[in-house]
Amino acid sequence: MTITDTQPQALNFECETGNYHTFCPISCVAWLYQKIEDSFFLVIGTKTCGYFLQNAMGVMIFAEPRYAMAELEEGDISAQLNDYEELKRLCVQIKRDRNPSVIVWIGTCTTEIIKMDLEGLAPKLEAEIGIPIVVARANGLDYAFTQGEDTVLAAMVNRCPDKAPVAETEQEERNAISKLLNFGRKKEEVAASESEYVEHPPLVLFGSLPDPVVTQLTLELKKQGIKVSGWLPAKRYTELPVIEEGYYVSGVNPFLSRTATTFMRRRKCKLIGAPFPIGPDGTRAWIEKICSVFGIEPKGLDEREAQIWESLEDYVKLVRGKSVFFMGDNLLEISLARFLIRCGMTCPEIGIPYMDKRYQGAELALLEKTCQEMGVPLPTIVEKPDNYNQIQRIKDQGVDLVITGMAHANPLEARGINTKWSVEFTFAQIHGFTNARDILELVTRPLRRNNSLKDLGWDKLVKEEAKV
Amino acid sequence: MKLAYWMYAGPAHIGTLRVASSFKNVHAIMHAPLGDDYFNVMRSMLSRERDFTPVTTSVVDRNVLARGSQEKVVDNITRKDAEEHPDLIVLTPTCTSSILQEDLENFVQRAQLESKGDVLLADVNHYRVNELQAADRTLQQIVQFYIEKARKKGELPAGKTEKPSVNIIGISTLGFHNNHDCTELKRLMADLGIEVNEVIPEGASVHNLKNLPKAWFNLVPYRELGLMAANYLQQEFDMPFVDITPMGVVETARCIRKIQEIINAQGANADYEDFINEQTLHVSQAAWFSRSIDCQNLTGKKAVVYGDSTHAAAITKVLSREMGIHVVWAGTFCKYDADWFREQVSEYCDEVIISEDHGAIGDAIARVEPSAIFGTQMERHVGKRLDIPCGVISAPIHIQNFPIGYKPFLGYEGTNQLVDLIYNSFTLGMEDHLLEIFGGHDTKEVITKGVSADSDLNWSKDGLAELNKIPGFVRGKVKRNTEKFARERGIESITAEVLYAAKEAVGA
Repeated sequence: MTITDTQPQALNFECETGNYHTFCPISCVAWLYQKIEDSFFLVIGTKTCGYFLQNAMGVMIFAEPRYAMAELEEGDISAQLNDYEELKRLCVQIKRDRNPSVIVWIGTCTTEIIKMDLEGLAPKLEAEIGIPIVVARANGLDYAFTQGEDTVLAAMVNRCPDKAPVAETEQEERNAISKLLNFGRKKEEVAASESEYVEHPPLVLFGSLPDPVVTQLTLELKKQGIKVSGWLPAKRYTELPVIEEGYYVSGVNPFLSRTATTFMRRRKCKLIGAPFPIGPDGTRAWIEKICSVFGIEPKGLDEREAQIWESLEDYVKLVRGKSVFFMGDNLLEISLARFLIRCGMTCPEIGIPYMDKRYQGAELALLEKTCQEMGVPLPTIVEKPDNYNQIQRIKDQGVDLVITGMAHANPLEARGINTKWSVEFTFAQIHGFTNARDILELVTRPLRRNNSLKDLGWDKLVKEEAKV
Repeated sequence: MKLAYWMYAGPAHIGTLRVASSFKNVHAIMHAPLGDDYFNVMRSMLSRERDFTPVTTSVVDRNVLARGSQEKVVDNITRKDAEEHPDLIVLTPTCTSSILQEDLENFVQRAQLESKGDVLLADVNHYRVNELQAADRTLQQIVQFYIEKARKKGELPAGKTEKPSVNIIGISTLGFHNNHDCTELKRLMADLGIEVNEVIPEGASVHNLKNLPKAWFNLVPYRELGLMAANYLQQEFDMPFVDITPMGVVETARCIRKIQEIINAQGANADYEDFINEQTLHVSQAAWFSRSIDCQNLTGKKAVVYGDSTHAAAITKVLSREMGIHVVWAGTFCKYDADWFREQVSEYCDEVIISEDHGAIGDAIARVEPSAIFGTQMERHVGKRLDIPCGVISAPIHIQNFPIGYKPFLGYEGTNQLVDLIYNSFTLGMEDHLLEIFGGHDTKEVITKGVSADSDLNWSKDGLAELNKIPGFVRGKVKRNTEKFARERGIESITAEVLYAAKEAVGA
């Protein structure tokens, strides 16, 4: 978990002004409500929050999402209305209309500033209306974009059942129907596969991934004889994994440091600090680290990784020798940079909203090692970047590809600079061996597109030198 | 608190930012937490801006909560002033900063001492006004600021332009088809022999605001943005303004006649009647369309209209007055302007709906089962669900509503565009009859979803076959009406006879 002993040349960490563009962390409801099928997300905030979600989620809004705003009015701000009564009225309505298994309250900047005691109100209301209420303070005062998921999952860690029999039966009751439906299949599966696993302490993985990716990663570990006892979050709130003291946990995404901390401190779990399974190199290192913790000799990883790299060659050819600049907005930057450097790119700067050197320790070490092996200079990691300064640096350095938010993408393209919209990396499937190609598909898209346009002489499309 | 899934008008600061970033060389600094700069994404994506959106954030974080912004806001203003030398920096409060109740006015005054450009605090209350009202107010505020500044310096130009001239007020970034409308209005003014003095805020420089009084009059094409500024100029300089939206043939003519009256009162000698006549009969195709067989087939078709007050009112009049379409209800989300809207449309529709609740609007659409909807993107999706075509006529809008091709809603070319939009939304015309006569394109197709599953009534084989022959877009309605008819009369099995009896009884 600590940073590995410093190499002759160490990574350079800087911190700027924090004037950068990113999504508000409440955006996590967009993917979490789809992941946790029986949940309902209630964002307690203002019109500003609602407007952001409405525009950021685009067409999803029209699909009757299981999320809503509890829009605060002037009476709520000045405490003329009673918070508890107001929330109760809305939650009862949600219960009536949607009957979810959990309501997640997302606290926002406004609830922070007016100090609305959501954590205090939730247990009372939960008891009164009989639906679990999980509170996550995913606000723009404290967090950026994907960290929203971190606050929600950290809150859910506390709701995972321990093995106490009461909780177990309760959960079984809730699951009665799905158990009934799956009964035959599950039993068979368990009986058939139990022998394929090596004896090891229970392992729970955390991080919200699309179901196909969950299956892929689970099977990848199964090949090594490692059994995944549970996943946070599961498909349904009622299926949250059992967590006991001494369980091992491992994160699949780089932005989950609060969740990791909560597992260790509140549930007394052991954290396997590994690089994240992004790119074939990352996936391999992730598996190796988990194997090493359980004392397992990994099998066939060499071939598997080599095979993936071979299949990527047509894309790798396009990026080899080119440079990439991360402006930073979603915390995936370190892992993506590490993978792209392994693909043969150089990377002068990795902007990142927040850098947890402990949680990302193994990933940082792998980044450093990758740079040395590929013979490229170590990037500067800029925490809380300043977009204005970054654009000056991009102009000075003349990079081949900028990974950035939508606010800057079109203006940079108009100035002849290739860009890739960073948010796509959060929504695309990028984990494991199988999806390495998808990452390169995204990264090479602007290069492939601009290749076909390059003889037209249309690369600079602004008249005067632009202002920011 | 209220439970909300969707809003038609954005929060106040969006309005301020739209006006500020429409001007040339004006920078807005939001006093807001991280992530509230979503406006930049919208502007860059929706209107495909080539330039960086001149909006930055002075980030409100934990430290600001604990100690106040202190030097931060002032530093950010002076920094931006030094980096980009904007003419004006507009400090924009957000919902967050309004509850922090920091003395932003004080920050502005301090920053003004060090800045070369001007610094202004947008005067909007987040909990009382929405995007549109805030935009209107901010435009007026900026106009007033520069008029007063020029007056103080004695730089206000005296007198009017030699020839009749106009200021076009209210064209802004992210406005629905605003750039096309602006081109069309300039073209119209040129045809009328009127010089365009200034267009604000889009593309304008704040240095030119002092020239506003030189125009003979102001034209405010949109109800939502520009009226406050026009009223201010009227009070200060006795400048008349025209606030008739030239959308549709009749309204365009009305707008032009009003312009004629105003400039003639100031000594011009204009007669636009021939121009109006020529345009109406021979240039614009809309009048001819109303007369054509195609439009005849639209007679009495049911439509509903919903949007901002400008567009909803104008489209309602076009549908009803110029095309003979039956507007069952017309509605707007501009609650603050409800009286004006009611007065404008009540004689052209059966019912007026003033509501910001998209659920209520969706229900109202389902209730009347119109043949076409004219609304916002939200209504388009309601239409999809109900299988009713929808033409988008107002914000909120998506990227497809920022077309690259020339598509004004205003002026004479606008009338042509409206004809296409309306006609294509109905998609019927002769096809409608042909389908009815020949029993639809594909008679093997399954009838409306869940025809017998959730119905307590039996449809006999021949009844179903007849129902199948009815064109898809009215089939659901016919089915419901027939079932209602059968239920009222205690008929258990619906045969072809019952279907036609129902049709005769209720005109299903």
